[in-house]
Amino acid sequence: MLSPVILIPAILNGLLMGAVYALVALGLTLIYGVLHIINFAHGAMLSAALFAAFFAFRMLGLDPYVAVFLLAPLFFVLGYAAQRFVIGPASQGDDRNMLLVTLGIAVVIENALLFAFRADTRTINVPYAFETIDFGFTFLAVPRVVGFCAVFVVALALWLIMSFTDSGRAIRAVAKEKLGAELAGIDVAHVYAMTFGLGSACVAIAACLLIPTYYVNPTVGNAFVLIAFTIVVLGGMGSVPGALIGALLIGVVESLSGLFLGESLGQIGIFVIFIVVLLVRPSGLFGARA
Amino acid sequence: MKGFAPIVAAVGVLAAVPLVVHSIVTLNFLVVTLMIALAGQGWNILGGYAGQYSFGHAAFFGTGAYVTAILQVRYGANAWFAFGAGIVFGAALGGIIGALTFRSGLRGSYFALVTLAFAEVLRIIASVAPITGAGVGTLINLDLGARAFQFQSRAVFYWVILALVGASLVIARLIEQSRFGAWLIAVRENEDAAKALGVDARSVKTAAMIVSGAVTAAAGCFYAQYFLFVDSGIAYGTWISIEALLTPIIGGVGTVFGPLLGALVVKSLGEGAKLVTGDVPGLDLILYGAVLVLVIGFTPRGLIGGFPQLRGWLARHRAPRASSIQEAEHG
Repeated sequence: MLSPVILIPAILNGLLMGAVYALVALGLTLIYGVLHIINFAHGAMLSAALFAAFFAFRMLGLDPYVAVFLLAPLFFVLGYAAQRFVIGPASQGDDRNMLLVTLGIAVVIENALLFAFRADTRTINVPYAFETIDFGFTFLAVPRVVGFCAVFVVALALWLIMSFTDSGRAIRAVAKEKLGAELAGIDVAHVYAMTFGLGSACVAIAACLLIPTYYVNPTVGNAFVLIAFTIVVLGGMGSVPGALIGALLIGVVESLSGLFLGESLGQIGIFVIFIVVLLVRPSGLFGARA
Repeated sequence: MKGFAPIVAAVGVLAAVPLVVHSIVTLNFLVVTLMIALAGQGWNILGGYAGQYSFGHAAFFGTGAYVTAILQVRYGANAWFAFGAGIVFGAALGGIIGALTFRSGLRGSYFALVTLAFAEVLRIIASVAPITGAGVGTLINLDLGARAFQFQSRAVFYWVILALVGASLVIARLIEQSRFGAWLIAVRENEDAAKALGVDARSVKTAAMIVSGAVTAAAGCFYAQYFLFVDSGIAYGTWISIEALLTPIIGGVGTVFGPLLGALVVKSLGEGAKLVTGDVPGLDLILYGAVLVLVIGFTPRGLIGGFPQLRGWLARHRAPRASSIQEAEHG
């Protein structure tokens, strides 16, 4: 029906977009894997990170690819503090309360951004925003290719942290058996906060990769986070490879359904996958039974 | 009829308000507050009593609003009939979503996500489908008169929504006192234990979702009739999912009066903030979010649950003083 000239770039662009989704989803799935809750503040955190990247460029003149080395640690600290001093104490160990607290934080962040910056949509102009690489059969935007590569660097870094550092071992121990880890002398509150910090750092990195070609407004994160929810459910909540593969899959589905159904209905494809997976196989493609 | 006296008293007091207050702005504020209380009571029946926290009650609110509007505008139906049909559709949607999700055994985070997804799907469909007026929305023609369920006077609308809230309070109380309510609470406290005792958890939760959907849809029907306009961002927007959940949680989750108290407190806070700072976007919602976190942190049973907690705290703080006096007497 459609010639490969249109189809192949659509699939490739879907994969590139999927990689950025993967970063957002990685943070979510990490937090779910350890804390066993969905972080409803994830989208608001992404909006905040996009604003941070925006102002780092506008006010400090920092290129987003440089700002990432500043924002990722900053968001790690913010995420750590949020879990350690707000979410953890307020929810008193009850999962449902934790969900509600993250929702409350999301409402506060989103509207604080609205309050401070109004609903205006802003963009930055970087010289390389519209540069493309010629692959012979198709052109791909440079920022998206950079994003794609960066995501795999981040995933590798996460894997190294999880596998070879004491903190990573502690996180895995808590994810597997919280009580046992606690008995072995692991500070669970600290591990929870660290995980939340890592998830937030992922969001900050995603924001820096997105901002060269994307826009920012107080609610921009929501669209991403709904997609990220779909990805973590599809990949299996708590599964890192699941999040990566799920994200690439969703990127392609979005790109193709946008091509066939049009921009606004294209999103439906994602939600239909979301609901079907939740209803038929809530453990996802790679996850253990919930 | 034990337990209904407070409801009669509360509704009676509230019913007298328009006799004293004539300000249209104030009445308008109270109407919206009561509408949110009604939507919140719907959430409370599922979330509070059955322990299933929905993050997408906009699905019911929006369906009620759209059905009321579309039946009148496109099919020329009578407004009262359309209102009733909106409630029936809300109940049916609750049955469908409930049957699907509870069959798959979704709980906790998963249930929250799937309800959110249903609301989003409906929002996207409503924003493109021709029958809903797509991006333009649906406008109900102005046709003042009791037959068209449109009233010039804010007071009449106020009494209508108050009657609906009163009915929702009675429903909540009836559920609380019935065997069905006991099953709901058993499922909330420990679903596996409830099943072991022979409670059909799936049917019980689905039934709760049907009632919940109907009550929240009623709030949506009222919205359409009161503002005479519906679009996808209003009807299926996240704002109503959040406010429907906020009011019972803040007022007192799983209590009859929680949603009403929560709506009054939350809406007054938001309105108070606007009075202080002028109409700045976002400020009221910042307060809502902060209050939500604070209430969960300090009185997880909501403000109603906070009263006994406060009494306990006072008693504890008075006790040492009493004992030190005793010691002084003995010494």
